[in-house]
Amino acid sequence: MITVREWRERLESERCYDLILELFERIERSKLNAFITLNREALEKAREYDRGEVKGRLAGIPVAVKDNITTKGLRTTCASKMLENYIPPFDAHVVERLKQEGAIIIGKTNMDEFAMGTTTETSYFGVVRNPYDLNRVAGGSSGGSGACLAGDESVLALGSDTGGSIRCPASFCGVFGLKPTYGLVSRYGLIPYANSLEQIGPMANSVEDLALLLEVIAGRDERDSTNAGVEFRFKRMDGRFRIGIIREMTAKDEVMEKFYEIVDVIRQRHEVVEVSLSSFKYALAAYYIIAMSEASSNLARYDGVRYGHSLDKLCSWTKYFARVRAEGFGEEVKRRIMLGSYALSAGYYGRYYLKALKVRTLVKNDFQKALKECDLLIAPTMPSLPFKIGELADPLTMYKMDVNTVPINLAGVPAMSMPIGFVRGLPVGLQIIGNYFEENKILNLALDIEEEIRDEIRSKKVA
Amino acid sequence: MITERDVHHIANLAKIELKPEEVEKFRREFQKIIEYFNILDEVPEEIEPTYHVLPLKNVFREDVPSRSLDREEVLMNARHVEDGYFKGPKIVED
Repeated sequence: MITVREWRERLESERCYDLILELFERIERSKLNAFITLNREALEKAREYDRGEVKGRLAGIPVAVKDNITTKGLRTTCASKMLENYIPPFDAHVVERLKQEGAIIIGKTNMDEFAMGTTTETSYFGVVRNPYDLNRVAGGSSGGSGACLAGDESVLALGSDTGGSIRCPASFCGVFGLKPTYGLVSRYGLIPYANSLEQIGPMANSVEDLALLLEVIAGRDERDSTNAGVEFRFKRMDGRFRIGIIREMTAKDEVMEKFYEIVDVIRQRHEVVEVSLSSFKYALAAYYIIAMSEASSNLARYDGVRYGHSLDKLCSWTKYFARVRAEGFGEEVKRRIMLGSYALSAGYYGRYYLKALKVRTLVKNDFQKALKECDLLIAPTMPSLPFKIGELADPLTMYKMDVNTVPINLAGVPAMSMPIGFVRGLPVGLQIIGNYFEENKILNLALDIEEEIRDEIRSKKVA
Repeated sequence: MITERDVHHIANLAKIELKPEEVEKFRREFQKIIEYFNILDEVPEEIEPTYHVLPLKNVFREDVPSRSLDREEVLMNARHVEDGYFKGPKIVED
């Protein structure tokens, strides 16, 4: 696990070009399958850095970008056959920011197809393997971004989180990942799946790096009409927080044991209480109904006309669209588009979609109430340790693994996952949840914990 | 109950062609998932829905022209292009 600080130390005595080349060689030998496309221009950028031509807060630092974030001139696939050969004509807002700050974009990371999944097993480009056990999943949907950080294949990474897609792989790979407040980071150039829920967010190997990357990507952008126009600056606080354990968000016993060890660590500096989210039992169903409904609308654009998978010959439009989509989409994407179409169809709208939006009100109110009593809330990020590849074959069983992460997206509040150690050699993640635009508080608690357990979370070598 | 007829109807709405063997598999899965979704029947109707979590208002900007993408860039990912335009499938059947 390489931090920005460590990378900068190496840059003092070594050429950036050589370091990036070494990274590329490592990625090419790697069994993780964390990258879909490498950016060969990164070497040219490294040369510019060595000539002293690159300035900025991320000058010379390698960043991996999830493959649903557009990069001008660099293939962006969403891990789908549908976009296998798609070359975006523009950069996402976050990519512009990275470039302005001198970052070196090394490549595009593997993910679940169109970010629909919890394990990266739905990728058209093959599953991402867990750096701590190659027979297990790295989590999803930003599995490549999580795995490349734990596997020394990048220093920073961008992910996106619709229902846990940053926090799950951060937890499973033992790295840090943050889903910002809805509206903090521009979604311009994020290929949409469920746009009222998703945010781009930073992933890193330390709290300090996570904060740095968030500072770079957060802020105003007129091209995203839901952008809040709020900047982010990290500031160290040394207050005593009141922390609420969310009673309903649990996990398997072995994960809970680790969780309570950390609660004891937190208690040394902060007050810990218990809180309850009474709407919790409806959140998962509501989340999936909203996400699938938005997906069915967002993914209607893939018709094989302007971009994406297409057929040799044009035929009647109904046949053409239906065949393009049958060939271009994988099974999980089809499942979600169809279920979304069902939930929005005549006669069912009120029962499913509208009802889910009502649950969103309940979930939002529950978080507001809990966050009035407490500064921050905590829970285990995932209900279990990383699964074996292929272990969860049934879609509904897979959806239920998101139970602790999706309520956060319904409410739109920020949350991060941080590593808190290992059980049976596999990483465990702690989820920290804050109020709107209170990322700073979350990161401060994370830093307190990291300072206490840094040796333990960096003790284990990857497989 | 989700029937095979329902699956065909949904697939048609979503414009996704299904193979015969996919229909029964999706039917079984949809049945199970929708049964799970029915937990929401317990939620009272009188709650206000939340479409957006932040109290955002419409954003206005000055109405001034700005550069858009070049035609060449816009067309570069399309397979069927004619005279600088996208060429789509026929929408009126012969």
